[in-house]
Amino acid sequence: MEQIGILEGRQKQIFEKRQGITQPDIACDTSSLSGSVSQRACVFCGSRVVLYPVADAIHLVHGPIGCAAYTWDIRGAVSSGPELHRLSFSTDLQEMDVIYGGEKKLYHSLIELIEQYKPKAAFIYSTCIVGLIGDDIEAVCKKVAKETGIPVLPVHSEGFKGTKKDGYKAACHALMKLIGTGSTEDISKYSINILGEFNLAGEAWIIRQYYEKMGIEVVSTLTGDGRIDAVRRAHGATLNVVQCSGSMTWLAKEMEEKYGIPYIRVSYFGIEDMSKSLYDVAIHFPDRPEIMEAAKQIVSEEVKTLYPSLQKFKKALKGKKAAIYVGGAFKTFSLIKALRSIGMSVVLAGSQTGNKDDYARLKEMCDEGTVIVDDSNPVELSKFILEKGADLLIGGVKERPIAFKLGIGFCDHNHERKIPLAGFIGMYNFALEVYQSVMSPVWQFAPRKGGTL
Amino acid sequence: MLLRHTSKEVKEREGLTINPAKTCQPIGAMYAALGIHGCLPHSHGSQGCCSYHRSTLTRHYKEPVMAATSSFTEGASVFGGQANLLAAIDTIFAVYDPDIIAVHSTCLSETIGDDLQQITKKASDDGKIPEGKYVIFASTPSFVGSHVTGYANMVAGIATQFAESTGVKKNQFNIIAGWMEPSDMREIKRMATVMGVNIVLFPDTSDVLDAPQTGKHVFYPKGGTTVTELKSSGDSLVSLALGSISAEPAAIALEKKCKVPFETLDIPIGLSATDRFIMAISKVAGVTVPDEITADRGRLVDVMCDMEQYLHGKRVALFGDPDQILPLTEFLLDLNMKPVHIVSGTPGQRFEKQMRQLLDERSPETNFKSGLQADMFLLHQWMKNEPVDLLFGNTYGKYMARDEDIPFIRFGFPILDRIGHSYFPNVGYSGSLRLLEKILNAVMDRQDRDALEEKFELVM
Repeated sequence: MEQIGILEGRQKQIFEKRQGITQPDIACDTSSLSGSVSQRACVFCGSRVVLYPVADAIHLVHGPIGCAAYTWDIRGAVSSGPELHRLSFSTDLQEMDVIYGGEKKLYHSLIELIEQYKPKAAFIYSTCIVGLIGDDIEAVCKKVAKETGIPVLPVHSEGFKGTKKDGYKAACHALMKLIGTGSTEDISKYSINILGEFNLAGEAWIIRQYYEKMGIEVVSTLTGDGRIDAVRRAHGATLNVVQCSGSMTWLAKEMEEKYGIPYIRVSYFGIEDMSKSLYDVAIHFPDRPEIMEAAKQIVSEEVKTLYPSLQKFKKALKGKKAAIYVGGAFKTFSLIKALRSIGMSVVLAGSQTGNKDDYARLKEMCDEGTVIVDDSNPVELSKFILEKGADLLIGGVKERPIAFKLGIGFCDHNHERKIPLAGFIGMYNFALEVYQSVMSPVWQFAPRKGGTL
Repeated sequence: MLLRHTSKEVKEREGLTINPAKTCQPIGAMYAALGIHGCLPHSHGSQGCCSYHRSTLTRHYKEPVMAATSSFTEGASVFGGQANLLAAIDTIFAVYDPDIIAVHSTCLSETIGDDLQQITKKASDDGKIPEGKYVIFASTPSFVGSHVTGYANMVAGIATQFAESTGVKKNQFNIIAGWMEPSDMREIKRMATVMGVNIVLFPDTSDVLDAPQTGKHVFYPKGGTTVTELKSSGDSLVSLALGSISAEPAAIALEKKCKVPFETLDIPIGLSATDRFIMAISKVAGVTVPDEITADRGRLVDVMCDMEQYLHGKRVALFGDPDQILPLTEFLLDLNMKPVHIVSGTPGQRFEKQMRQLLDERSPETNFKSGLQADMFLLHQWMKNEPVDLLFGNTYGKYMARDEDIPFIRFGFPILDRIGHSYFPNVGYSGSLRLLEKILNAVMDRQDRDALEEKFELVM
């Protein structure tokens, strides 16, 4: 471990904030270097995660079995009704299909699926190989749509055709085809769509409740606890509220252009950002001041109970250091603020898919000496965690065991989280989880941080 | 709601797979390569493949899993992935410094026609492989076979590319591990030691994927078969391949290359398969079975006899990988249990024949299907038509167990929601005893749960 340095060619994706030194912009939006142990995924992965929570559609993966197997029910995007999204459907392409084409198999699979499950729509994901053998997915989808009467939407998510972000875009493209096909009758003028909220651990329900309490109609959530009919009438909303900017900004921009719906970027993590996301929506409806009043009321009530309950954690966690490595950069901003509010500082901040603006902002936000990384790998993460003496790592599935091997706390802020971390209650849950992990008695038995017992 | 989506009526399907009882080749190749000391698995394909395999293995083992990727782009898929792989080899040796890079292909690189043999040879010719280091490869197209096939291909690749015969035989035996857990490999080694037999076990993921907490993130944990051991496998007296699907291809390769004769056995899960394993070692090495092993066996048989009354006639459904579910089925039959439905997504005539033979003799009415459309959806449909008392399978079985309200024993790969498989073996007499304990607990806990108050027993 010690002798492994930073990957040559990666220096431009790493940055340490230092007083008085101007450094070039971080290089991002690039694909990973061949041969790196990257934590990133592919185009297909991006599409799959964005569309996955749409629960009354079937999600058919067209390709060899793996892509469907590895994405089978691995995200905790919960549904209040149908759960078709939690099943795994694949055309399981074989050698003969690769040689002679998989269109027929795709057609039959679709017909069988639609007959079996009577879904509201079908999403067909192209995988790497489909991009090579040249199946005309569009034509098959059109044919099946005509025969079955439901929307059958191709998602062009061949793994190698870009990065995960391109997958987000392919998913949004499929959603765009649905939006505008439903009736917008009876939709209130005071209405929004919640974009980029995937209802992990039921978070979308929490957020939705706040907005509804303010007197705002939530037309659709894209895509948490998603329903095809709601997506179809999303163009009837007055405002798009975008979280997880990485995945949904493209859709918001498209909807602005096509339907004239403006959008705002928000985050539901931490007191500050959560409150702001309510106020920012309220500001959009100045002709109805009750909305802002209600937003203030919610914030003051929630903070009144939340703030005192956080003090215990803050006292214990004061001076502890955190490392953050998550998918999208926008989440990093909120996490830095949220961690500060419980007395912790951030010594490493990074993301898989942040863009130039994100990293510029990150630089501005971070403390002196904070390391900022794009598309990092386990070697770098371990190195910086040890060097900077972090007590906590916030990340996803591949980062978790690294934290534990190093003997530091961990908080899953990715799709495997089990408890809602969004909203005011989410801030409490977050603080509790961080507190429990960082202060756990188990660490006293573990040789910590590369040292000895 | 979940899986209540499964309908009772079984219909022929023309291509569709629902809830697969298998995954694709490359993850098996990655797992096998992790059982070589100082080896970094390398996925020659898109970035997603590598990420998915690492995530799945990490969830299964709760351990960091290191592997690199060629990170294919559109350019690579048009012009071929040779440049990516050559660049990757440079990067990996320069930065991650493994002793070995084990490259496996993917559906993408196979379809564009990348020839790993040619590319790795070019890497060698171009001097990209430092002295004393190795780049090995296995072709693992995702559209053929399953994860088990990928494992078998990589293990065969390891055998072919490392084994050397010096002409002088060594007093040692190869044990080629079929797909099993680190705990199972550790137990195989323990049994060999107790028998007083020198073995080379490969691959060997013990001390790699069950590593202790050390306060460090070690890129290459201390476990894994070493290059020296692998080279010497060509001079071994005999190879014992544990599993006809996942291990035998490597034994055949070794025989071909170094003329090491082999015998194929089942993975020693359960009494009968362990008996055959112990007898085979005893025979090839000419050693008697030590008392310690005999006592292990005695304890297993003792519990089988003591608790027989709770198991006989219990109806079981199971799904999983050929080399594991074959001996498991035999064990269940030995326990007088009734395997009613058996499914494996892994195709193969050899396995079908073996399983059919076992069932024809002892349970001809059992439903059995492997290969295409042998998925969990079908298994679940069968279970709805002919209910069972107990289900065995990987974590995805929990949906069916919940829907049918039956006890469930986690067995196979992947297990994403429990620990234990890394630490406690299913193989050998003591591993089988633990498996038996699990079966008894599952069945008897259910009996307790469902018992009428007046029939709720203290002594069982």
